[in-house]
Amino acid sequence: MSSRTAIQRPATPAGRTASALDERLTISAPLRRTLNKVFPDHWSFLLGEIALYSFIILLLTGTYLTFFFDASMQEIVYDGSYAPLRGIEMSRAYATSLDISFDVRGGLLIRQIHHWAALLFVASIVVHLMRTFFTGAFRKPREANWVIGVGLLVLALLEGVFGYSLTDDLLSGTGLRIINAIFLSIPVVGSWLSFAIFGGEFPGTVIIGRFYILHVLLIPGILLALIAVHLLLVVKNKHTQYPGPGRTEDNVVGKRMFPVFAAKSTGFFMVVFGITAALGGLVQINPIWLYGPYDPSQVSAGSQPDWYIGFLDGSTRLFPAWDLYIFGYNIPPLFWPTIVLPGLLFTLLGLYPFIEAKLTKDRAHHNLLQRPRDVPVRTAIGAMALAFYTVLWISGGNDLIADKFDISLNVMTWIGRIGLILAPPIAYWIAYRVCLGLQLHDREVLEHGVETGIIRRLPHGEFIEVHQPLGPVDAHGHGSLQYGGAPVPKRMNHIGGMGRAIKGFFTPLEEPPARPVTSEEEKQAELTGSGRPKDPEA
Amino acid sequence: MSREDLVTLGGKMDGVEVIYSEQPVRPGSPAERRAERQVAAAFAGAGLSALAFMVIFVAWPWQVETPGGGYDLSALYTPLLGLMMGLALTLVGVGVVLWAKKLMPYEVTVQDRHEGASPEIERQTTAATLVAVGNATGIARRTLVKRSLGFGGLMLGLMAVFPLGGLIKKPGTALFETPWEPGMRLLTLGGLPIRPADMRPGALQTVFPPVEGGARSSDGVAMLIRLLPNQVDEFRPRPGQEDFHWNDFVAYSKICTHAGCPVSLYEQETARILCPCHQSQFVATDGARSIFGPATRSLPQLAVEVDADGYFVAKSDFIEPIGPAFWERST
Ligand code: FES
Repeated sequence: MSSRTAIQRPATPAGRTASALDERLTISAPLRRTLNKVFPDHWSFLLGEIALYSFIILLLTGTYLTFFFDASMQEIVYDGSYAPLRGIEMSRAYATSLDISFDVRGGLLIRQIHHWAALLFVASIVVHLMRTFFTGAFRKPREANWVIGVGLLVLALLEGVFGYSLTDDLLSGTGLRIINAIFLSIPVVGSWLSFAIFGGEFPGTVIIGRFYILHVLLIPGILLALIAVHLLLVVKNKHTQYPGPGRTEDNVVGKRMFPVFAAKSTGFFMVVFGITAALGGLVQINPIWLYGPYDPSQVSAGSQPDWYIGFLDGSTRLFPAWDLYIFGYNIPPLFWPTIVLPGLLFTLLGLYPFIEAKLTKDRAHHNLLQRPRDVPVRTAIGAMALAFYTVLWISGGNDLIADKFDISLNVMTWIGRIGLILAPPIAYWIAYRVCLGLQLHDREVLEHGVETGIIRRLPHGEFIEVHQPLGPVDAHGHGSLQYGGAPVPKRMNHIGGMGRAIKGFFTPLEEPPARPVTSEEEKQAELTGSGRPKDPEA
Repeated sequence: MSREDLVTLGGKMDGVEVIYSEQPVRPGSPAERRAERQVAAAFAGAGLSALAFMVIFVAWPWQVETPGGGYDLSALYTPLLGLMMGLALTLVGVGVVLWAKKLMPYEVTVQDRHEGASPEIERQTTAATLVAVGNATGIARRTLVKRSLGFGGLMLGLMAVFPLGGLIKKPGTALFETPWEPGMRLLTLGGLPIRPADMRPGALQTVFPPVEGGARSSDGVAMLIRLLPNQVDEFRPRPGQEDFHWNDFVAYSKICTHAGCPVSLYEQETARILCPCHQSQFVATDGARSIFGPATRSLPQLAVEVDADGYFVAKSDFIEPIGPAFWERST
C-alpha cells in the first residue's frame, strides 16, 4: 500500500502520460521486462522473421487487391485497356485481374508484390523449418511450436494454391481442373466431395467465389492466430541459442530487445519489404494477360505451378500408372501422389520431434542448439528427406529439362523414378560421413591446435607444422579443451572469433588499430577500431 | 539512485545482466559524425525515393498506349514505381540498421531462464484446486449428468457441421454423360461443321458439341484425327468399338484420363497424343491406349459417321465416363 501512496509526480509531459497509463494498467513491470528481454543474435534466427514480414506484406497488398477484384465467374466481354484480349469472353474474375494489371494505377505493382511476397513467404517458412530441424530447436520444450510451424507451412501452401487459382486465366484454370481431379480421386466420397466443393460438375459457377473467401478470410485468419501462438510460445520459452562461451542451458546470451534488437528487426523488415517491392516492380511475375481466359479445351504448354507445388506435380508425374479396383470400385492413380504422399510426408514431419525423442529416449529440456555435424543421424535423415523432395521438385519440371537438354521425356521420368529410390540413401550416407569428418577435424584442432602454416625443421631433419594450441596444453603439447559442440577456430585469424569480426569481404573495411595507446580516450578509440570487443574480464 | 543504477536494478529484477557494453564510436569523434551522416543520408534518400514514387505515380504516363503494350513510356511505369518504393523502404531499413550498428552500444547481455516444471508447491496447490473444482461439480459421481452431457455435446457438435450439408450436390449421372447425342454435328471452335475433305491426312481438329456453350464445354470437347495412310492398316480399335471410326477418321475425348488437362500435342508421324500436364502419352492408332506416364486408361472414343449432307456427326455419347477417374467408375 505504501508504494501506492508514495508515487512521484513526474515533471515532463511524457512522464505524466506514462504515469497516467501505469496508474490505470499497472504496466511498469511487464513493460520493463519486455524492454529488458534478451534475444540471442544469429543470422539463421532471421529466417523466421522473413516469413513473418512477408506475411505482413501479403496482408497489406492483399487487402489492396480486394478493392478491385471481383471473384465472380459470370461471363462478360472484355473491353479494358489490353487490346489483344478486347472483345473476348471471359469471367469477371479474369477481367478484373486484367483491370488491376492495366486499368488501376499502380495495380500491377501491388499485384506483383503480392505474388513475390507469397513465394517468399513459403520459401522462408521452408528454410526456417530446415534451420529448426538441423539444429534440433524442436526438442523439448518446443515440440508444440514445431507442430504449429508444420501446420503453418501446410496452410501457407493451400493459401498459395487458392490465391493463384483466383485469376481464372488459362494457367490457373488448368490448375483448378487438376484440383478437381484430385478431389474426384478420393475413394468413396470423391465425386460427392468434388460436387460439393465445385457446386456441381466442373467447372461450375461458384468455385472462384468459394476459394476467394477461403483465401482472404478463413485461411489468413487461421494463419494469423497460429502465428500469434507461434510467437507467444517463442517469448514464453525464450529463444534457443547456439553453444559457445558463457552460453548454458539456463541462460540466454545476446542483446536486449530494446533498442538494438528491435531496431535491427525493424530495419530488416523494411529491407525485406523494399526488396519485395523492387521485385514486384522490376521482375514480371505471372503475366496473366499472356495466358488468356480459361478454356477447358486449351492448355498452355510448359505450364508450371508456383515453385512450392512443384514437388506434388513431380510426384504426380513420377507415380506409375497403377489403377486399383476394389469390388468394382476404382482408386485412381492420382490419389496416391497427391493425397496420400503429402499426407504422409506432412504427418511424419509434424511427428518428427516425438519420433526422435522416442528413439533417443531424450526427455531433457534443451535450450542449446546443436550443430548439424554433432547429430549425424538427424542431419543425415534431413539430407535424405531433402534429396527425396529435390527429386520430386525437379521432376515437376522434367518436361522443361527434357526440352532444354534434348533428353527424351520418358528418360527423364525414369531418371526421376529411379532417383527417388536411390538419391535418399546416397544423401544419407554422404551427409553422415561429412558430419563425422567435420567433427573429427574439430576434435583434432582442439587437441593439437590451429594450423599456422609455419613449417619448422627439427634438429634431426624432420619437418613439422607449428600448431597454435587453443588453450593450456599438457606435457605432450596436447590441448585439454573439451569438445563442446561450439564452433572451433580453424584458421589463425579466427581465433577470438566469438567477438565481432572485422567487416569486409575481400579486404577489411574497418581500420585495424594503428597508433599506440596514450590516453584513456585513445584507448577507447582503439577498441572501436579493432572491431573486436575487449575481453569483458580485462 | 542514479539512472544507471536504476537500469541495473531493473535488469537484476528481470534476471538480466549486461556483461559487456561498448560504444561503437566515441562521442564527438569524426567517426561518430561520419556514422551520423550515413544514417541521415539513408533516411533522406528514403524520403526522396518516396517522393519520386509519388511524382511518378501521378505524373508518369501509365496506361498502355500501343496495342499489346509496346515499349513506350508507360511500359516503364510499374518498374519505376517498384524501384522507387523498393529504394524508399530499403533505405529506411538500411538507415535503421546503420543507426543500430554504428551509433547504439554493442552489448553482450545475459538473462537467466526459469523454465521447466513449476516449483513443487505450485504444482501441488494447483492440482489440488483443479481436483476441488472437479469435485465441486460432482461430474465424476453424477453418471446421469455426465452421460447426458456427452450425448448433448456430441449432437450439438454434429448439428454445428450439418448446415454444411447445404453444399452437397448429388453427382447422379453427370460424370457419366457429356452433351453428345446421336446425330449431333461435330463443330469447330468457330461453330462450323466439318466435312472429311476439310482435313488432310495427319491433321487434328478439336471439335465441340453443337449445344449452348458447347465451345466451352469441359466434358464434351473431343479431337477428330485423320490418320496418315500408312497408319490406317495399323489401326487397332478397342474391342467392341470396331465401328466407332469412319474410314481414316477417329475421334477421342480431349480430356486426359489422368487429371483432366486437355491433351493438346499430336505427333503425326507416330500418332501419339501427349498430355502437357504430366506427360501421359496415348496412341491414336491403338484406341488411344495410354502407353506412358501416369494415365492408366485410354482416351474414350467418340463414335462418328458422316451424315447425309456429308458432315461429321456423333453416333452416340461417349460410352464411358471421360476425364479423370473416380470411385464409382467401374472398369
Ligand atoms: S492430366 Fe494428362 S497426364 Fe496428368
